[in-house]
Amino acid sequence: MGAQIRVYRQKIASTSSMKKIFKAMELIATSRVGKARNRAQAASPYAEAITRAVSAVASQDDVDHILTEKVTNPKRAAVLVMTSDRGLAGAYSTNVLKRSESLLARLRQDGIEARPYLYGRKAQAFYDFRSREYDQVWTGQTDAPGVERAQEIGQTLVDRFTQSTEEGGVDEIYLVYTEFRSMVTQEPVVKRLLPLAVVESQDEGAGADPMPLYDFEPSAEEVLDALLPKYIESRIFSAMLEASASELAARQKAMKSAADNADELIRKYTLLRNNARQAEITQELTELIAGADALASS
Amino acid sequence: MAVLDVQVVAADHAVWSGEAKSLTGRTIDGDMGILPGHTPVLALLSEGELTIEPVDGATVKAKVSGGFFSVDNDKVTVVADEADISE
Repeated sequence: MGAQIRVYRQKIASTSSMKKIFKAMELIATSRVGKARNRAQAASPYAEAITRAVSAVASQDDVDHILTEKVTNPKRAAVLVMTSDRGLAGAYSTNVLKRSESLLARLRQDGIEARPYLYGRKAQAFYDFRSREYDQVWTGQTDAPGVERAQEIGQTLVDRFTQSTEEGGVDEIYLVYTEFRSMVTQEPVVKRLLPLAVVESQDEGAGADPMPLYDFEPSAEEVLDALLPKYIESRIFSAMLEASASELAARQKAMKSAADNADELIRKYTLLRNNARQAEITQELTELIAGADALASS
Repeated sequence: MAVLDVQVVAADHAVWSGEAKSLTGRTIDGDMGILPGHTPVLALLSEGELTIEPVDGATVKAKVSGGFFSVDNDKVTVVADEADISE
């Protein structure tokens, strides 16, 4: 057998085994993206209820609280960047990092020192490779985030926020994550968590009716003290869930096009292999006929 | 007769929702009962039991750890960190 044919056979074999892997990963991502969206949906009543309550408290002017105060001259900002742990999800992590880079550049222009907080191994690798500093990193479960992780991150960020600027605290908290629009569109977005941009009515219903004047039990300050960290945690948790759905959707898309490309390659190599086989047969025939002719004429 | 529209949610899932005659929760200052027509209130929950008296059916009891509940126009939203229903 000719060397050419063998090379093409090997290429076809390896491409088809890769195609099987891509197909499997696509199927896994497809099944998990549904689960991730369900989780995001299951968490949304909590997020809505807490957003509504925080808006109600914060819209009452007589409450003074560190978390609702306006910072006139911000000096330092924490930026939480949410990427994935694993690759093979197309440009998912790259897009988030790009978006975060433009935010960092903007902050620098405004004279604000940015402190990056990273979520996901891809972000960590990005910063480590460039030997850039970051304050903290969380890795390990970006495709199936748990509430505990959100609480941990929320606690860390709120602690930094309540510190005074002189002691190294931050004045603003930004969140960069990928919003899940649909199975085919995921958009990296920047959201400011703190200071509160009060009354964010993402859902139509909540913003429509006026906020009732609540009585607070035990007191407005204590309610805010307890509520705001929870609000931040819930915002972070929703972002984590949306990011995980986006990650899986991006992976599914990437794996689908990888499998399609593998198909294309297999088709191409099969053609080349057949060409090579045909050429070999032709050559053998030519040699045979030439040999027979030489024998007959002698 | 007016009824309460109750919704109990935990951090990552909805726990219980329906109409109720009354609801009792343990706030930081002690137990607090809610009947239809209650003034709007936002109260912090401490660890303890939440009792819901549904319009029909048996009393629903749930173990709640931390969180808060809001009452507004006979609409009660209980937002708990964790909540486990025990009938």
